[in-house]
Amino acid sequence: MSTTATRPMAVRAQASRDTGTREKPSFLSTGILILGALYCLFPVFWVLAAASKDGTELFSTFTLAPSTHLWDNIVELTAYRDGLFWRWMLNTALYAGIGAVVSTWVSALSGYVLAKFDFPGKNGIFKVLLMGVLVPGVILAIPQYLMLAQAGLTNTYWSVLLPQIISPYGIYLARIYAAASVPGDVIEAARTEGAREMYIFNRIATPMMLPGLVTIFLFQFVAIWNNFMLPYIMLGDDHLFPITVGLNGLLNQGASAPALYTLVLAGALLSIIPLVIMFLFLQRYWRVDLAAGAVKA
Amino acid sequence: MAMTVTRPGPAAKTAPAGEPRRARNFRSRVLVPYSMLAPGIVLFLVFMAAPIVYTLVLSFQKKKVSGLGLGKGSQSQVFAGLDNYISSLTDPEFTASVLRVLLYGVILIPLMLGFALLFALLLDSRRTRAGNFSRTAIFLPYAVPAVISSLLWGFLYLPGVSPFHFLARQMGLELPSLLDPNLVTFAICNIALWGGVGFNMIVMYTSLKAVPSEIYEAAKLDGCSEIQTALRIKIPIIAPSLVMTALFSMIATLQVFAEPTTLRPLANSLSTSWSPLMLVYRDAFTRNDVFSAAATSIVIAAATFLISFLFLRIVQKRAFGQEN
Repeated sequence: MSTTATRPMAVRAQASRDTGTREKPSFLSTGILILGALYCLFPVFWVLAAASKDGTELFSTFTLAPSTHLWDNIVELTAYRDGLFWRWMLNTALYAGIGAVVSTWVSALSGYVLAKFDFPGKNGIFKVLLMGVLVPGVILAIPQYLMLAQAGLTNTYWSVLLPQIISPYGIYLARIYAAASVPGDVIEAARTEGAREMYIFNRIATPMMLPGLVTIFLFQFVAIWNNFMLPYIMLGDDHLFPITVGLNGLLNQGASAPALYTLVLAGALLSIIPLVIMFLFLQRYWRVDLAAGAVKA
Repeated sequence: MAMTVTRPGPAAKTAPAGEPRRARNFRSRVLVPYSMLAPGIVLFLVFMAAPIVYTLVLSFQKKKVSGLGLGKGSQSQVFAGLDNYISSLTDPEFTASVLRVLLYGVILIPLMLGFALLFALLLDSRRTRAGNFSRTAIFLPYAVPAVISSLLWGFLYLPGVSPFHFLARQMGLELPSLLDPNLVTFAICNIALWGGVGFNMIVMYTSLKAVPSEIYEAAKLDGCSEIQTALRIKIPIIAPSLVMTALFSMIATLQVFAEPTTLRPLANSLSTSWSPLMLVYRDAFTRNDVFSAAATSIVIAAATFLISFLFLRIVQKRAFGQEN
């Protein structure tokens, strides 16, 4: 952040790395960023240590000092009501995984049609959709509950899966990706060859949109995995809970039975591991493709 | 899961040769796009439009004889006019929850977006090192759902667990607990800041990356320092991203629910009506009064729209409608 810093002449990071003319590092700006990084990593480090403690150590030993009971805690958590915790993990994978795949498919198809077809009512549909982006989604949860209750679908997997398939923001992003990555000539050529519209979408447009669709998938995956209120409202049977609702319930019981706290913390640690791994592997999709959506938005 | 959507087979077929031109035209101009949009439109109508209409209908009704059934006890529903709205807007608990969330938003949004912008600009600066590590670390909390981050921070706030209280005790000081009634808003702000700063940073950083480097070259020739470049060139160029992140942050703020709900077992100071949405939840499911819950929902939704539109008007509608 020093005022004496200069920008390279023409090309940025990449080129200068090749020619080896890196600028003098700034300790201040690097330091601020590292502080931010430490702040963000701190609870993760803490839960690594905390999940390895037994019930008395949790409140008596230094908070960041690890102990030796991690495996015991995991065994105990696994034994808790015949492995209910792992059922929650599986449910979460099901809700977020299947929900995000179907949602991405619907968003891709709708976005593709809105970008590449010209038909009466198109602008109206798109405007209504944009309003949908602004609708506070959580506010829909109570009427959705009442409607699904009338259909006899509350307290089922469907009640959590179905409402989260429609994503106005996903369609909005898919429209941008389709407009940018699927050339009209290619569609015309395929039509002249006699290809059906759905064939064109599935076999020609989808592969072209694929990097963008991965981003939509990630968005939806995180949105569903993060959505607490909907399953909290819809589900009564704790065998159907996703991990978030399950751990919330366990924490509530912990208020009267503090022995459960060690289980809650072991569960919190185990539940963030898969997501963190997924993030590290798919990180480049966030970087590359948010640009296409966010910059133009 | 693909069974929820149907392939629009027949409509997509190429028209037979003998078909009249107008029919063929109608088929390709209207039937084909609409049948392909059908899954999206149906889901939108069933899970977004219908619930909104249903909430509106409920908000103008009330129970005549207090029954037990939530949905099926419709025989006792009567038209209530604006009663639910009046009682909702004059409910001191509702006003208090709105004020709490306003304070929460006023603290959280500038901090979150400010840090996100600072980090994004630092990442974009060529003099910063360890950028990959920091970017990954700061973005990582986005992968942690609000319930779990609230749970982790909730424990960290407990004076018996917190390392800050530990350090203070070593120095003979006694820090106040962040879970105290006066401070719990800050406790929730910190959780939301932790979870949100990385995502907003990534959105801004990707916008910065898309700026052509010729602009910086010109700025440098004109003698711009790096801070001047950041303030006068980079921030104005990524303004649309800033508008978008601000808008989404405001909408999310109004809907805060998971964080205070998860903190409640650890913090007695959090009431069941801490945020407007918690109040809606309590009315609908604890008090079985879906009608006032519906009215309160509509008030929150209307406020969200109003704030969104005012905000977009103020920033000259730069965020939406320019994607072509």
